[in-house]
Amino acid sequence: MSRNPYVREVSPTTWFFRMPRYMRYMAREVTSIFIGIFTVIMLVGLARLSEGQVEYENFLAALRSPVSLVFLLLALAFALYNSFTWFNVAPKAMPIQVGEELMPDMVVAGSHYVLWVILSVFVLFWAGVF
Amino acid sequence: MAKSNKPIIWGTFAAGGEVVSLITPVIIVLILFAAIGRPPSALGYEQLHAFAAWWFGKLVIFGIVFLSLWSQAHRLRITCFDFGLRADGLVATVFYVLAGAASLWLILILSSI
Repeated sequence: MSRNPYVREVSPTTWFFRMPRYMRYMAREVTSIFIGIFTVIMLVGLARLSEGQVEYENFLAALRSPVSLVFLLLALAFALYNSFTWFNVAPKAMPIQVGEELMPDMVVAGSHYVLWVILSVFVLFWAGVF
Repeated sequence: MAKSNKPIIWGTFAAGGEVVSLITPVIIVLILFAAIGRPPSALGYEQLHAFAAWWFGKLVIFGIVFLSLWSQAHRLRITCFDFGLRADGLVATVFYVLAGAASLWLILILSSI
């Protein structure tokens, strides 16, 4: 043991401002706040649905406030960022080996994107958006 | 063998991450349509209630909301740590208890529809 061990000063609260890649990491972390709040909104909506038509219609009306609209737009932007970053790391998180080779990143990420588009279009169609 | 809650927490984190990435943006779009005063027909009271009353609809709703709750609880715990809140044991307890309570509430809601 050296008598003066080297202590690297890293601020626990501002460390991520040092490098753009840390900032991108934190931007992804922040998406959990928006998706978490949105999950609670879904839960409240389901609760109102179970209480009856008037309560549910009131919930839908409450969604139309400016605060709600701004929040939903932000939540959509963060959710999209979360999806893109999640699919892009999928080849690293779930490497699929075929014979001697690993499946190319493009194939693993690409199949996620294809599934994502199909599922989203299906839900929009099922919900009667078009 | 050492017991650990990690596989359970990680399982919901991984499955939840996948489900949230695939389905959450389009659900937000549906809610946004309602927020601008043009709710799609599936968000109407009759249709959504009928969907939630169907066993398969219940299963879909439960799967999406349950996995969202637990994966985001886990991610919020990590986010708190990254922002400098180092009381990880306390933070973990708070978020997992909240996720557990919300899951119970979800079961109660779905069973009453």
